Amino acid sequence: MLVVSAALLAAITGRAGAQAAGASAAPVAQQAAADTALEARTNAVAGQLRCPVCQGVSIQDSPAELAQQMRDLVREQLRTGKSPDEVKAYFVSKYGEWILLQPRASGFNILIYALPVLVVLGGLAVIVVAMRRWTKPPENLSI
Amino acid sequence: MNWKRSLIAAVTAVPVILLFAWGFTRDPGEIPSPLPGHAAPQFSLDVFAPGQPPLSRPVGDTVRLADLRGQVVVLNFWASWCGACREEHAVLSTTARLYTGRPVHFLGVLYNDSLAAGEAWIAEMGGQSYPSMQDPGARTAIDYGLYGVPETFFIDGDGRVAYKQLGPVTGVGLAHIVDSLIAALPPKPAAPATKSRS
Repeated sequence: MLVVSAALLAAITGRAGAQAAGASAAPVAQQAAADTALEARTNAVAGQLRCPVCQGVSIQDSPAELAQQMRDLVREQLRTGKSPDEVKAYFVSKYGEWILLQPRASGFNILIYALPVLVVLGGLAVIVVAMRRWTKPPENLSI
Repeated sequence: MNWKRSLIAAVTAVPVILLFAWGFTRDPGEIPSPLPGHAAPQFSLDVFAPGQPPLSRPVGDTVRLADLRGQVVVLNFWASWCGACREEHAVLSTTARLYTGRPVHFLGVLYNDSLAAGEAWIAEMGGQSYPSMQDPGARTAIDYGLYGVPETFFIDGDGRVAYKQLGPVTGVGLAHIVDSLIAALPPKPAAPATKSRS
């Protein structure tokens, strides 16, 4: 009887322990998932911001101290509920459009996107005209 | 036919030449700051180097930009590892002392450096007349769009960034900017007239 009681107690306490462990594991898992999601969002935003003390590298890829501090700030702002666009807007308000690795396609910046296309089209047109001339048979060719 | 070719060559070459001419006038290392003309970012920083009387503030004292409204603020970011900061140190320290009693505050902010190194540097340079603050995590530096030292921000009486100096300041330039900002401050309300005992 005593053995059965002890077994029952052990089973109950074991289950209770497992329940407690399960209850504490769930928030930990949720926290880990939230941290992973936050890290992914931080990486995404940091990958679009230029490191001010480097050459053409994002703050995500730079080991510079200032870049790391800026990345920490991105993470903190995202954690406090700011959207990625709001975080980027904050950095633009401090460093100007320069801070964006991919310039916005508006105003003067449109040239950056339009110019290569125009140059390629112009080049193609030159090639077409030149090829037509080269392949045109001579007019006064007589047999 | 020749004039057509010349026209095409000109139409193609002129924009490229203009683009290069414009590009060569710019410093590729310079990041144009959007701050001048706009409200200076607020800060609340603790003093780690007190400065010298009469401009000194106790170590640990919190300096808030909001408390300095109505006066000119010269905010200089520096570091002990910065060579150009040595160049401008005497100019800043002497000018700050010369402007004692005027409505201007000279403040230093240590950028990405240890406090011990900052203190040692000040001692090595023979002291600093005005206080310097620490900036953990470079939060204030980032708020001011800093990307190198030294950088100096001149904040007017309305709390706006009036001017940003990249690199070391010069004595003449510093005095000129400070004088013009002090001159632009609104006049103090006249003290109530007191009856003379005659």
